Amino acid sequence: MIDKISTDVLDMLSVVPDGASIAVGGFGLTGAPIMLCDALCDLGRTDLHIVANNAGIDPTGVGRLAQEGRIRKFTGSFPSNKSFFALFHDGHVELELVPQGTLAERMRAAGAGIPAFYTPTGAGTDLATGTYPARYDSEGNVIEWLAPKDVRVFNGRSCVLEHALHVDFALVKAHRADRLGNAAFRLGSRNFNPAAAMAAKVTFLEAQNIVEVGEIEPDSVHLPGIFVQHVIASTGGWVGNANAPGASW
Amino acid sequence: MSENETQIGWSRDDLAARAAQDVPDGSYVNLGIGIPMMIPARIPEGREVWFHTENGILGLGGVPEPDEVDLDVTNAGKEYAKVVVGASTFDSSLSFAIVRGGHLDIAVLGGMEATPSGDLANWTAPGRTPGVGGAMDLVSGAKQVWVVMDHSDRRGRSKLMRRCTLPLTGARCVTRVYTALGVFRPAGSHFECLELAPGVDAETVRELTDAEVTFVDVPAAESAS
Repeated sequence: MIDKISTDVLDMLSVVPDGASIAVGGFGLTGAPIMLCDALCDLGRTDLHIVANNAGIDPTGVGRLAQEGRIRKFTGSFPSNKSFFALFHDGHVELELVPQGTLAERMRAAGAGIPAFYTPTGAGTDLATGTYPARYDSEGNVIEWLAPKDVRVFNGRSCVLEHALHVDFALVKAHRADRLGNAAFRLGSRNFNPAAAMAAKVTFLEAQNIVEVGEIEPDSVHLPGIFVQHVIASTGGWVGNANAPGASW
Repeated sequence: MSENETQIGWSRDDLAARAAQDVPDGSYVNLGIGIPMMIPARIPEGREVWFHTENGILGLGGVPEPDEVDLDVTNAGKEYAKVVVGASTFDSSLSFAIVRGGHLDIAVLGGMEATPSGDLANWTAPGRTPGVGGAMDLVSGAKQVWVVMDHSDRRGRSKLMRRCTLPLTGARCVTRVYTALGVFRPAGSHFECLELAPGVDAETVRELTDAEVTFVDVPAAESAS
């Protein structure tokens, strides 16, 4: 019988080594697997390559990983939190800045067996022409630039070649999941979670509610269990966004 | 906003209202952060307009009251939002298939610099934290790209430039520019002024604009409010 449910988050994530590449779901904190990110910090994991839309919001989620200096490289579209910005410009973190839709599609492509694709997004910009910093030294000098992207014209439009973004692990969060890993999301919390799960060799899913097999109707499964290897009940509660009115922190 | 702009032309709210006037009934629209977010409240009555947000909602509503906040519903600026009846939700990959696939009628974005050739710079400037978000996807995918912004930056420098000095978001993508001074169409070598804001004359626009601007049969503006 397949039973992907774990009860001890530290034990479950202990297989993740230092230096691993990890995709993390969420848009800001909506749909972000806060409990799993906390567990990675508690396990002391470091030197990580984190792939996520945002570099988190201090000091929560990916933001905690950044603040504690556990990230070696960040791939994402919106790493605009203060601690990350400082780490990037001091030469502590490498940044691969990717347009948001390209980020989602690169992860989806990895999971879908598509090694690369052409897109007009970003053509002719610094992100495609090798003119945006990827790494600084401790003096604030650029020592590495994003690699220039191959360009090809389709139907008269310049398009850039984007490669599938494979990762070792994914940390994702769902509203409901069963022991098979079938998962359903609520409203705006789905965001990057399915693509992150698809891109990974091993996906850990934090579920707000663990439900019996069959409780999620087949038509309502947003992420089929075949993309999920481990499921754990979330103990972190539903986390809101720091910059929302009425937020408590 | 420059000193000049606090004194002449449309207020930010009027500017949002002016752009809202041009959003056709039945449109699917994505809104950037800033003045564009003020557009939904100013859509003329009787028009049905659907708002898309990058994080996976088609049918984004307004700002919730404190007791209506749902932690799973935010706009692309990560502020709490509402979903309207008839909305649909999806993952980021599908959300950007909507964007990249050319299904959105209009993307209304903020801007730092726009040029007569339709180039746009709006994602980074020296000293800013890096963050591109979905801006490059939106300008490459939406059928129309409108830029709604102040006419000049904080130092009083024109944002309608002959050439962008800041890193590009996209080349030849802008189809319309709305500023406090008027409505402009990128026409290749120059901006064509389609409308002047109340109390603004062509001479003022020329003085405050780096790029060349032409004025052909520009109608007098009606009050936007």
